[in-house]
Amino acid sequence: MALNLDSKIPEGPIQDKWEKHKFKCKLVNPANKRKHSVIIVGTGLAGGSAAASLAELGYEVKSFCIQDTPRRAHSIAAQGGINAAKNYPNDGDSVWRLFYDTVKGGDYRAREANVYRLAQVSNNIIDQCVAQGVPFAREYGGYLANRSFGGAQVSRTFYARGQTGQQLLLGAYQSMMKEVAKGKVKLYTRREILDIVVIDGKARGIIVRDLTTGDIERYVADAVVLASGGYGNVYYLSTNAMASNCSAAWKAYKKGAGFANPCFTQIHPTCIPVSGDHQSKLTLMSESLRNDGRVWVPKTIGDSRHPNEIPEEDRDYYLERIYPSFGNLVPRDVASRNAKNQCDDDKGVGQTKLAVYLDFRDAINRDGRDVIEAKYGNLFDMYQRITDESPYEQPMRIYPAVHYTMGGLWVDYNLQSTIPGLHVLGEANFSDHGANRLGASALMQGLADGYFVIPYTLGHYIASTQMAKVDTTHPEFQKAEDEARAKLNKFMTINGTKTADDFHKELGRIMWDYVGMSRSETGLKEAIAKIQKLQEEFWTDLKITGAADGVNNELEKAGRVADFLELGELMARDALMRPESCGGHFREESQTEENEALRDDANYAHSAIWEFIGEKQEPVRHKEELTFENVPLTQRSYK
Amino acid sequence: MSGNGKNITVHLKVWRQKNRKDSGKFEDYTLDNISTDMSFLEMLDVLNNKLVKEGKDSVAFDHDCREGICGMCSLMINGQAHGPLKETTTCQLHMRSFEDKDTIVIEPFRARAFPVVKDLMTDRSAFDKIIQAGGYVSVNTGNAQDANTLPINKENADLAMDAAACIGCGACVASCPNASAMLFASAKVSQMALLPQGKVEAAKRASGMVAAMDEQGFGNCSNHAECEASCPKGINLSNIARMNREFFKAKIFSKND
Repeated sequence: MALNLDSKIPEGPIQDKWEKHKFKCKLVNPANKRKHSVIIVGTGLAGGSAAASLAELGYEVKSFCIQDTPRRAHSIAAQGGINAAKNYPNDGDSVWRLFYDTVKGGDYRAREANVYRLAQVSNNIIDQCVAQGVPFAREYGGYLANRSFGGAQVSRTFYARGQTGQQLLLGAYQSMMKEVAKGKVKLYTRREILDIVVIDGKARGIIVRDLTTGDIERYVADAVVLASGGYGNVYYLSTNAMASNCSAAWKAYKKGAGFANPCFTQIHPTCIPVSGDHQSKLTLMSESLRNDGRVWVPKTIGDSRHPNEIPEEDRDYYLERIYPSFGNLVPRDVASRNAKNQCDDDKGVGQTKLAVYLDFRDAINRDGRDVIEAKYGNLFDMYQRITDESPYEQPMRIYPAVHYTMGGLWVDYNLQSTIPGLHVLGEANFSDHGANRLGASALMQGLADGYFVIPYTLGHYIASTQMAKVDTTHPEFQKAEDEARAKLNKFMTINGTKTADDFHKELGRIMWDYVGMSRSETGLKEAIAKIQKLQEEFWTDLKITGAADGVNNELEKAGRVADFLELGELMARDALMRPESCGGHFREESQTEENEALRDDANYAHSAIWEFIGEKQEPVRHKEELTFENVPLTQRSYK
Repeated sequence: MSGNGKNITVHLKVWRQKNRKDSGKFEDYTLDNISTDMSFLEMLDVLNNKLVKEGKDSVAFDHDCREGICGMCSLMINGQAHGPLKETTTCQLHMRSFEDKDTIVIEPFRARAFPVVKDLMTDRSAFDKIIQAGGYVSVNTGNAQDANTLPINKENADLAMDAAACIGCGACVASCPNASAMLFASAKVSQMALLPQGKVEAAKRASGMVAAMDEQGFGNCSNHAECEASCPKGINLSNIARMNREFFKAKIFSKND
């Protein structure tokens, strides 16, 4: 048992934990902060907000991103909104209710104390963003507008048209640029992480590849913050951006950071269906669409009429029928699984039969086209551009797609991984969403971690840690760089026949078929065997053209796919070792009579944390037991 | 309906340039069996897969979210930034916009301030420099006042959002005969000028961002309006007028100049 899994949850009532903890956090003297440097990997909502906030405090920040500018991080694509417990609509919301909904929505596999803190700081986020000039939607009176989202019965979601992620990210980016101008943040763009450097048991630096020159570079700091996002692209087709990858987190795992609940992935119910083999990624449409759209399939198998010609009595609005109290607003995992069930029953629509309808006819008749256009215009336009069909005139076709990963690097209450000095924020960590994330909570968590948690806990780490003075000539840097170079060299010299994309697609198919919306013991065992075979093939039959110096997209992709191949195996292993169903993890062996996910709280109310012990060796599974003192464990019901 | 696509053949003339110093040239490629349901970038994926299988270097192009919001994709397609469709990024352009046997010319965004990195990739970090010169509200993270203590009339909030929709792709610069960044800079100046939060630093922002544009080598605006026509997010030309107003206000009331 080499991993230190002390969650460091503060004592006392849940409402007081964070306040007390903040007071107990040691402080770094303002004059001394400039003597400390921090590396931040990623510039999305978590990394961008952390870079701005830590630089404002006085730390020397080095910020790394894979794109050409920090403003392109994939947080930008979040559409629907951000939750906060403001209770502006006076509909009964509170910090406690947001906390409760998030724990319940996560199907009781998240740590209560972290979730409560998230709910507590949610209101500060909205205040901060408004102060930055984020143009949230407003009512005619000039006050902020709210809308409702899946998994909640209150309207607590703030939004900026269908571009909430973009506007919040630009807010963080601009705050960061303000610090770049002051010289407090140094930007390193088009850089990819090749390794994390650990010295005397503490994270002290990174090895990166400059994607424009191919140069391998070393960077040293007093602490490293990973905010490198999720690993949804392990499925090849997902709603993630093309460059989104798991490599930074995976390198950390191999250096001793525990990886928690890798099998907890979220399949988003409202995506545009796959159209053919050429498909490179999937496009999500905000689930806010489910506020006004009604999901249905034809009642009769094989009903091939145009949807507009199918009369009311021949339509099955199955979510409204099965879940009368939440209807179309059931949580994402429930909505996704039901869509799959309908298609498994041969009721799917469209050419591929892998889609269900999302219909705005009634909403347009009720509110008028103008109102619907104001709410969803950009989404409708996007749908039309991709499919050549107008949602104003006929129902959308939607199907679930991989969207978010709740699992990630294990962190304690301070957001520190099992490697001291390595902090993990946002989607890259595992902390707040349990086995299922509620809509509009990813933006909330990313900004909570970056603006309001890490400034306290990182200061505490720096103030309370004795650190040797090291620079990039330390042997550990040399070792890490040598290993990274050897790996790149290996990729370049295999000289096989298949491209990195070929392998990635194959991995994606295995993951979607066996580690997707529905999982079983036999399927998972098969997946592990297939992935191992694919790994072998990858290392003997990969083909890369071009050179290692300068831009080489093929080489970049190979590095990412190599890591996805290993992570995919770990995900299957994790899913296999959790025979219960919970949230997005649905094991066919564990369901209620009504085909809902059936948890096994007696045996599995824990997070599973995986420890890397060597190449080609089975990793070790550890547990962090979860206790629910404030939200009683119940079977989720959205009926 | 999706899946109703047909297959077409396209002839490509693609700009190939090894690095910043290379002079670069067009290469011709022909692709058969391109489904019209493919996105433009998926068509380039097909080309690259083919090139790698033939042992050739793939074409480098910028792209990331492929849903029209990150601003990373670019390309001059037959001389038009982001191709023929109005208010559509290259990644959202589909092959159904082209005919069988069409010749498609694909070039990088060209501007002095956007040097080519390789093939179709350019360095657009000059935009970051413009934002660093004042495209923000100087508020530190901390105890900001309650968000609803500052009502903002809906009309201004909506106009601010219209301006804030800019994705920083640089199509405006690539389309402008002067390679001016006025539409980009003015969108940010406008967003902030329309909101009370931005008023305090309005003068500093307008003069700082305009100076940064000059420093980065962008040209001036001479009202061609190509920027607006090519903008994938429909950013309005009136933002430039608003920025000019802010700029003159800054100059007239400035204590230093």
